[in-house]
Amino acid sequence: MKTRYRKWLSLGVMASLSCYILLGSATPVYAMHIAEGFLPVQWAIFWWAVSLPFFLVGLRSLTHITQQKPELKLLLALAGAFTFVLSALKIPSVTGSCSHPTGTGLGAVLFGPSVMSVLGGLVLLFQAVLLAHGGLTTLGANMFSMAIVGPFMAYGIYHLMLRFGNQAVAIFLAATLSDLITYLTTAVQLSLAFPALQGGFLASLFKFVGIFAITQVPLALCEGLLTVLVWNWLQKHGKQELQMLNVFEGH
Amino acid sequence: MSKLSSNWLLMGGILVLALGPLLVLQGREFGATDGHFITAIETDHPDYKPWVEPVIKDSGPEVQTFLFAAQAGIGAGVMGYILGLYKGRSERRERDEH
Repeated sequence: MKTRYRKWLSLGVMASLSCYILLGSATPVYAMHIAEGFLPVQWAIFWWAVSLPFFLVGLRSLTHITQQKPELKLLLALAGAFTFVLSALKIPSVTGSCSHPTGTGLGAVLFGPSVMSVLGGLVLLFQAVLLAHGGLTTLGANMFSMAIVGPFMAYGIYHLMLRFGNQAVAIFLAATLSDLITYLTTAVQLSLAFPALQGGFLASLFKFVGIFAITQVPLALCEGLLTVLVWNWLQKHGKQELQMLNVFEGH
Repeated sequence: MSKLSSNWLLMGGILVLALGPLLVLQGREFGATDGHFITAIETDHPDYKPWVEPVIKDSGPEVQTFLFAAQAGIGAGVMGYILGLYKGRSERRERDEH
């Protein structure tokens, strides 16, 4: 890498770190999985109905991949394990509140977004049943935000950014933005179900988003960096698999 | 910058982002996001009653810690196994080529 580029990079890192620490104000935060029973019946059913088709399509492409290219099963397990780990980690953020990353970006870029709706859905199911984190009635809604909107965003951003060249940047942005959009979706879902008495939907959306935004930004960046780390490793040691998946297409 | 040193930079960034807040906001108790969520709904919509209970109820912070640690541990184990396998495989291939 050229020295000039390196200088700019370190300057950027320093500037963003100082911004990050300065932003450390303290507000409580609302985010992530909607708890069991905390969506009215009609909304719970609605989000289940929206998410189910994606899940079924994902299931089909998952069986397709395992049948056509069984040697990719390990990589599939890796993508699943990545979301599994990341969604277990409640990371402290500058706002004095903890929240967790989603980890769906990696798998979405590797296998396509619909596969991640299955893997992400399984992670959510695990957390809903065993950890009382999220819930079965709200699983549809949580799946929609974390396992559908997030991965689709990651996939879209990745292929869009690939046109401008740098792959690492494309991966980073895909993972970071998919994390943020997941939270944004949750905020939208909650505002739809619980519009403010004064101001309605928009007022409560503003409230929800305003509060989680700052907490989630550093975590999203963290997730982006982690995803690039795993990606670098895969590029070095799993070239065969990556070529098989034609992730470099999309120009 | 070589690939290796950029990986170290990435790791450094992750550590700073994850542990930085602990240093900056020392001694404060960090809340969990999901809890705040519920309080927000309860204050704004006091009439709303959750209509389902979790299958396995929350058994307190100790059990929570165990379950979350188990989740992370299982996931990290699987990831380590696969990444290690890939590395061993690619190194063997390189050796065979020479």
